[in-house]
Amino acid sequence: MALLDVRDLKTHFFTREGVVHAVDGVSFSVDRGRTLGIVGESGCGKSVTALSIMGLIPKPPAKIVAGEVVFDGRDLTKLGERQLESVRGREIAMIFQDPMTSLNPTLTIGTQITETIKRHFDLSNERARKRAVELLEEVRIPNAASRLDDYPHRYSGGMRQRVMIAIALSCNPMLLIADEPTTALDVTVQAQVLDLLDELRESHDMAMILITHDMGVVAETADEVIVMYAGQVVEQAPVLELFDHPEHPYTEALLGALPQIEGERIREARLTAIPGRPPDLVSPPPACRFAPRCPHAGGDSCTETMPELRELRSGHWVRSAHPTSERAGRPVGASA
Amino acid sequence: MADTLLSVRDLHKHFPVKSGMLIARTVGEVKAVDGVTFDVETGKTLGLVGESGSGKSTTGYCILQLLKPTSGSVRFMGKELTELGREELRQTRREMQIVFQDPYSSLDPRMTVGNIVGEPLAVHGIGSRRDRTSRVRELLDVVGFNPDFTNRYPHEFSGGQRQRIGIARALALAPRLIVCDEPVSALDVSIQAQILNLLKDLQRDFQLTYLFIAHDLAVVRTMSDVIAVMNQGKIVELGPAEQVYTKPQHEYTKALLSAVPIPDPRKMRERKVERRRLRHALASEL
Repeated sequence: MALLDVRDLKTHFFTREGVVHAVDGVSFSVDRGRTLGIVGESGCGKSVTALSIMGLIPKPPAKIVAGEVVFDGRDLTKLGERQLESVRGREIAMIFQDPMTSLNPTLTIGTQITETIKRHFDLSNERARKRAVELLEEVRIPNAASRLDDYPHRYSGGMRQRVMIAIALSCNPMLLIADEPTTALDVTVQAQVLDLLDELRESHDMAMILITHDMGVVAETADEVIVMYAGQVVEQAPVLELFDHPEHPYTEALLGALPQIEGERIREARLTAIPGRPPDLVSPPPACRFAPRCPHAGGDSCTETMPELRELRSGHWVRSAHPTSERAGRPVGASA
Repeated sequence: MADTLLSVRDLHKHFPVKSGMLIARTVGEVKAVDGVTFDVETGKTLGLVGESGSGKSTTGYCILQLLKPTSGSVRFMGKELTELGREELRQTRREMQIVFQDPYSSLDPRMTVGNIVGEPLAVHGIGSRRDRTSRVRELLDVVGFNPDFTNRYPHEFSGGQRQRIGIARALALAPRLIVCDEPVSALDVSIQAQILNLLKDLQRDFQLTYLFIAHDLAVVRTMSDVIAVMNQGKIVELGPAEQVYTKPQHEYTKALLSAVPIPDPRKMRERKVERRRLRHALASEL
């Protein structure tokens, strides 16, 4: 059985401008010890999905209007705040994008780590401190014991993210949700942090949800990938399958829009841009949400009815009336 | 051989480090730019790539004389910019413009799109009011922004549209050189591609010369003829783009290239295994 099973999750924001369908019927599951990558552009609903799992969405204006989040046999959307608090941090931990603002600047690193440990376990100050040093060593902070009494400003961005990881690991969670964990970091530091996350996931036997906008990060880290667009899952597949045979026109376009680092005539070539921009999520039309930007749309039902998420091949799901494999051999209408 | 538009020699920019509350003393200095030398040919792009704090933006500001260099020479269109007086510099500024990273904070929220794009023309007293209005519409059209929106305000537009406004403004005075300082790093991939294509088209149509500053190695590659890799205020490697990317010479360039995540799971897994092996080998030696 899956460790986490999200079923038809709908999180809407009730604003003055109308109801924003930020997450609109998202389903996926994460198995023990595996990494699920969630990839998409800003506003696609990937972070709101994560916050909904954790019960951290701002209520109001946001509300989970439908769906279940079944974690280790319990539906988290049905739990009260007190019960949820004992799951959060203890069983599911989360790290965020910006390591500069996630730590309290007025408390020492040691205080912030032991605070979490003592929140969930009955440990003496001394034992908690000892555990904090072990954790810092585990995330490879040099001279951990002496760095424990430093304030966050003495730590670089990469080191702060390591501290956040140490705090997240302090209770041995079963699931770690990492929301753009390396986006604010330089590439060389990013590689170190991703390697670290991967090794820790293995040694702690955790599952991980890695949320990112970067296809390269997904390729490096994930076992299974879901691609989100305008509040919905548009494609899901194992990582090799997704990159070898992308099916959804959006996934294809996203991969085509990436500047390449290897290859010929890169300087001369134009990138394949995706025209337009994502739709407004206030009362979106009951049609394929990518249709207005899709080179294959038009002349059929997809501009009037929403395509279902369907399994094209074993484990490969797509929400499009025109997946790549079904287009093969047929002339393409408006594609340039 | 093409002619050299911009020539930078042994450029330095040092910032003082001060200490003390009431009476600040200078206790040291940060060498943000530490002896940078390169040439940019007319109509070409030099990509300046490096991690945060490498000095790449400071180099750009020193070239435009937005920051006064500590020492060194910046020759642009045959003039030594570091020695120009105020008025001469003002005139020369028409020929060199900048596009900033953040389209959310680099446009004045109280000015209309038309005024933002037309301001450089007004400042330099070019044309009548009516001429300027039609020039603004023309500029917006060139960058793919609907000219009918000149009376709207920046907050009404998305990041990509705002960056188009910023580019139109930079083009207003028909400059020779544009310094692009991380012009797409705040944008989503699908929008980023639109803006990079636009910059390529403009370069071809108006024979623009770019100094393209960015941290993203793939973005720099797609834009640049020549690449300069910066680290700690110095250029550690400089050469034709193709050569720097396929046969990097400096260890730092190699490290940077091997850390870039690429959308190829097989290759990424090989790299990861290799990095892990190296680290364990290193650890067991110690």
